[in-house]
Amino acid sequence: MNWRRAGIAAVLVIPVVFVFSRGMKTDPREIPSPLPGNPAPGFALAVFAPGQPPLERPIGDTVRLADLKGRVVVLNFWASWCLACRDEHQGLSAVARDYTGKPVQFVGSLYQDTPGNGTAWIAEMGGQSYPSVNDPKALTAIDYGLYGVPETFFIAQDGKIARKITGPAPPAVVKHIIDSLLTTASP
Amino acid sequence: MQSVNGLVGHGALLLALPFIALGIIAVPVAVNRGRRDWLEIGYGAVYANFALMTAAALAMISALVTHDFSVSYVAQVGSRETPLFYTIISLWGALEGSILFWAWVLSFYGMTVVALNKSRVGNLVPYAAMTLLCISLFFAILLVGPANPFGIVSPVPQNGPGPNPLLQNHILMAVHPPLLYLGYVGMSVPFAFAVGAVLSGEAEHNDWIKVTRTWTMASWGFLSAAIIAGMWWSYEVLGWGGYWAWDPVENASFLPWLTATAFLHSAMVQERRGMLRVWNLNLVVGTFVLTILGTFLTRSGIISSVHAFTTGTIGYYFLAFITIVLIAGGVIVAGSSDKLRSRGRLDSAASRETVFLLNNLFLTGFMLTVLVGTLFPLVAEAIRGVKVSVGGPFYNRMTLPMIAALLFLMGVGPALPWKIASTAELKRKLIPPAAGAVLLAAVALVAGIHDPYGVLVFAFVGYAATANFREFSIGAGARRAAHDESWPTAFVRLVEGNRRRYGGYIAHFGVFFVALGVAMSSTLRTEREATLQRGMTMQIAGRTLRLQDIWGREEPQRQVVGATLEILNGNRVIGTLEPRMNFYRTQQEPVPTPDVRSGVLGDLYLNLMAFRPDGSSATIRAIYQPLVPWIWFGGGVVVFGAIVGGWPTARRRRAPARVPVPTPPSPPPAREPEYAA
Repeated sequence: MNWRRAGIAAVLVIPVVFVFSRGMKTDPREIPSPLPGNPAPGFALAVFAPGQPPLERPIGDTVRLADLKGRVVVLNFWASWCLACRDEHQGLSAVARDYTGKPVQFVGSLYQDTPGNGTAWIAEMGGQSYPSVNDPKALTAIDYGLYGVPETFFIAQDGKIARKITGPAPPAVVKHIIDSLLTTASP
Repeated sequence: MQSVNGLVGHGALLLALPFIALGIIAVPVAVNRGRRDWLEIGYGAVYANFALMTAAALAMISALVTHDFSVSYVAQVGSRETPLFYTIISLWGALEGSILFWAWVLSFYGMTVVALNKSRVGNLVPYAAMTLLCISLFFAILLVGPANPFGIVSPVPQNGPGPNPLLQNHILMAVHPPLLYLGYVGMSVPFAFAVGAVLSGEAEHNDWIKVTRTWTMASWGFLSAAIIAGMWWSYEVLGWGGYWAWDPVENASFLPWLTATAFLHSAMVQERRGMLRVWNLNLVVGTFVLTILGTFLTRSGIISSVHAFTTGTIGYYFLAFITIVLIAGGVIVAGSSDKLRSRGRLDSAASRETVFLLNNLFLTGFMLTVLVGTLFPLVAEAIRGVKVSVGGPFYNRMTLPMIAALLFLMGVGPALPWKIASTAELKRKLIPPAAGAVLLAAVALVAGIHDPYGVLVFAFVGYAATANFREFSIGAGARRAAHDESWPTAFVRLVEGNRRRYGGYIAHFGVFFVALGVAMSSTLRTEREATLQRGMTMQIAGRTLRLQDIWGREEPQRQVVGATLEILNGNRVIGTLEPRMNFYRTQQEPVPTPDVRSGVLGDLYLNLMAFRPDGSSATIRAIYQPLVPWIWFGGGVVVFGAIVGGWPTARRRRAPARVPVPTPPSPPPAREPEYAA
């Protein structure tokens, strides 16, 4: 047995294990946006689906990001033609309801779709707890660098984008991110 | 309160642990002290492991079939509405069950290895059995720890969600996973023999490579079949009309296939010429490491993929295991490399050895390319914290030249003799197949392929197929002349006389079919999408499709919506297709069931993309892809070749004749066990 060579072979394993152990700590579905740490692009969009009490906003009301300073904003881009949006819908609705009374605002933003389709979809899915706004020319989506639906942005109390989830957002992950933002803000 | 199923299954798993541990201890005791009785204990542990794993697996199947929702795995994947067939195969449908199935298959291999080889002289088989038990130990620990499928659910639910809809939608789900496990887990056996060879000192001889090659051949055959079945499943179920996407987990199944293929070729060089001994050890160990890597990737949640299982802490167990395997593998190969210097030398560049060397170079280059592409996102994230993804264009650009080169070599290798070829021989063997190359290149051009690699693949397949065919025709012709046999008899006797060689050539033909199918379907695919009302038509590939009906149907476990389309050739109806969409209760996203009309020359593939709930219109995607069925057929031929080449001969049961090695004698192998005599 050539122990020197054997030892070298064993040492070479270290970087491999390092890479794998780092990979274990990250969620492959969570893709960082180029935006995190930067101020979230402002928006002022009209509500087309009111949501359910107590989180509802009247139809036609304008949701302005500027007005939401001091709250954690969960901005979810969706569309009625998007199959993956169906997967996350119930979970998001439930999580939003869980944070009733806390400084958290969920906003759905309709992407490349008509409010009519969106409203019908929400009815079909059994309702949505939080309000959805229409983004007529997808200008807000472009500002956020959207490259597909669903995508969910987490905007911290200081108006900066904290995190982003591409694809269906797992409720547990959404909760975890909101909780961490809520605790860092109030030490 | 644990049910009988849970009690038996969990009990069997708990009991397996001490047996496995006992076996692992017994082997070194038997070898070092020459104790026959301890060896019997070690082998007994191997059989006990198989018996207990079988009991656990049967208990799980029984729990699934009887809807015993007190068993956690059944509560997770079972449902009363799922058809019996899919209930049984959900044994491997989720994480814990798949680990149980894995351990079961592994224990089966261990039992077979011992049963078939225990009369063999020397310490190779005892150490191989010990190695297999070590691997079993890891899976047994998983099964009583983080992946316990027999957890107790209380209160007992009345019903469960049923298996993942993707896994209960096609019969190939009953075929692809077991084949994959047989192939994947089977690669543990060559590894065990490699470890056994090093530990017993037999690695210096070439004998172990023969038995290792046979086992590799069997696992390789299963793995080949599994990869093709997986492609077919993807084609028939996922609805995108493709069969290969360089998904990380597809790659994971392909990586060990590449190194195993390389080994099947280079092992011949070692048997014949005593060369490449360290290299072969590397390939065997590497193949096993790649199977564990693939398992780690699918079960640790480290990558995102259709195949990825949901995870818990199990990823860390796998990380620990892969670390141990990598270190052990590295130490074994690097540590013994001194003793394994080559005995032979390359006599000439124009020889079969050279072609095998090149073949190995390209196959391992291929493997490394795919490995880099698969792991690069992980490395990039670990080092620079950025998310990147590596997609089809990278793989296609990097691997196409290597695929073309490999196809060409498949024509050159069989034509060349060992050691050295004379110029006359080279001319006689290598020039005539060029006619086949020209012919198939012309076919490709006439068919409309303009992609240079597509034409090249056709030309090289033409060349190699002709060269391989000539090996049959020349050999059978010689037999005819010598023994006055008919062509079929001469052909069969030729293959029987050297099944390994001709089995290999048959497998080559399978690869040719696959290569033509892939080249043609990827370059000449046509696709149309249209929203049709009843009676409306669309055109594709010279055919007309007319929407007849949109219908819905309730089944116990799902709702099915389908569209019926007639295929017209001119005004004549030549068939109907019914693409469907299945809505499972547990999943919002529907699972498509595309419908395919296969012909010898190509597939018409229809997928239902969307429909109006009132049944007034449906959106249909129609894809025409030439030669797709050739891929499945080619896969069958590859497997047939593996069976012809790998089926054990009656001859092997006789005492092995030792061929004297024409080199200075090396120190005699450690032969301490007196009981062996």
